Amino acid sequence: MKMGNRRIRVLAGLGFSLTFLAVVCIWGSLSTETARVTDFSRVNIPPCLRYPFGTDWLGRDMLARTLKGLSMSIWIGILSAAVSAAVALVLGITSATMGKAADSVISFLIDLIMGVPHILLLILISVALGKGLRGVIIGVSLTHWPSLARLIRAEVIQLRESPYIQIARRLGKGRWYIAGKHMLPHLIPQFIVGLVLLFPHAILHESSVTFLGFGLSTEQPAIGIVLSEAMKYLVTGKWWLALFPGLLLVFTVVMFYVMGESLRKLLDPNSVHQ
Amino acid sequence: MTLEIKNVSYQYEEKGRQILDHFSLSIDSRERVGLEAPSGFGKTTLCKLLSGYLEPDEGEILLDGRPLSSYKGYCPVQMIWQQPEFAVNPRLRMKEVILEGDQVEERIVRELGIEDDWMRRFPGELSGGELQRFSIARALGKRTCFLLADEISTMLDLITQSQIWDFLLRETEQREIGLVAVSHDRELLDRICTRVVRLS
Repeated sequence: MKMGNRRIRVLAGLGFSLTFLAVVCIWGSLSTETARVTDFSRVNIPPCLRYPFGTDWLGRDMLARTLKGLSMSIWIGILSAAVSAAVALVLGITSATMGKAADSVISFLIDLIMGVPHILLLILISVALGKGLRGVIIGVSLTHWPSLARLIRAEVIQLRESPYIQIARRLGKGRWYIAGKHMLPHLIPQFIVGLVLLFPHAILHESSVTFLGFGLSTEQPAIGIVLSEAMKYLVTGKWWLALFPGLLLVFTVVMFYVMGESLRKLLDPNSVHQ
Repeated sequence: MTLEIKNVSYQYEEKGRQILDHFSLSIDSRERVGLEAPSGFGKTTLCKLLSGYLEPDEGEILLDGRPLSSYKGYCPVQMIWQQPEFAVNPRLRMKEVILEGDQVEERIVRELGIEDDWMRRFPGELSGGELQRFSIARALGKRTCFLLADEISTMLDLITQSQIWDFLLRETEQREIGLVAVSHDRELLDRICTRVVRLS
């Protein structure tokens, strides 16, 4: 009974985080207009029942702005994490299977990108591509793949030498059978968990680049913009402008971690029968 | 059928120690040959050479007069590894591990004492002895002509050991599968083998 409960808890965590992220995405997409409306009759209202997150100095509803900003961040996160993970998968496998030359080139690339601080490289790429949505997405995609690529490379190299794969070869199994039956079950969980755990990084980096002014342009209510604008008003006592968007950003990131961890637990054979 | 190893030399690293130096041996499929040597004298290396996991630096390995490497697909010489934990994929259920073998008969699975309930489990949920039974069953597929047992019973308790050897003796006799048994245990080899070879 106790064992069953643990599995149910994990499933509940996964379901809750998925629902939360979906609600934020959908609600955010629906409040595109509300997030833009300025109304000078309701300037600087602290949190109340009508405006749970308060309003800002232009009379905009902070709840709508926060949700819109978060949903944009989540989309950017999903897109760049997917591109990043795909790059990691291809490069990781190439590096492990295509011989010494390919391996040293890719390993060098991995070390090169890991050696430069993410945020610095991200700012450089984003600025070089003219900032904006495109700059941020390409920047995040190009800076986040090395750790996952390194993981996949190591995994493939280790798998190739493992006794059970050598045995499968002697049992007359072909390359594709071995790749599909023996290697994929090891790589897929690594890949999915790696992909999910890339989201929060991507979101945080997107918002910090935007916060620093090298990312999205100011008309777009991205979470980084909301936060950096709120900073100016924080000293005048309008704490709600920064507190709620900040909290919700942290909560979103935590939800992604919960999702990644739950997936890992569900896919791992050590806990599959629990 | 005969499995021959002719003038084979092997070393793991260039300029490293010569593990096997112009070694020759011929095994008939009606024989049970014991291999005995202290640690590090190349017993496992010899098994890996005989079953095609490694290619010799010099010399040749012949099965029925044909080089072993010319047998494509299923290798008629199968080796059972020393550690069963590494010999099965931790992410495959035991059912699929058995399916990897060459149409392993239901009878073999039953005679090795493998229970139906184990088939649905993952390797992490079975003990070493239970896993070793699976790797033995997997190696006893239809086209197997020679079986190399590399210290397969060292970590098993005495009852399991005798059960497994008892089964292997019956099975190899009946199907005329040549057996090469590697062990430190001289008494065990004397008991199960028709001749014992010392590596030195």
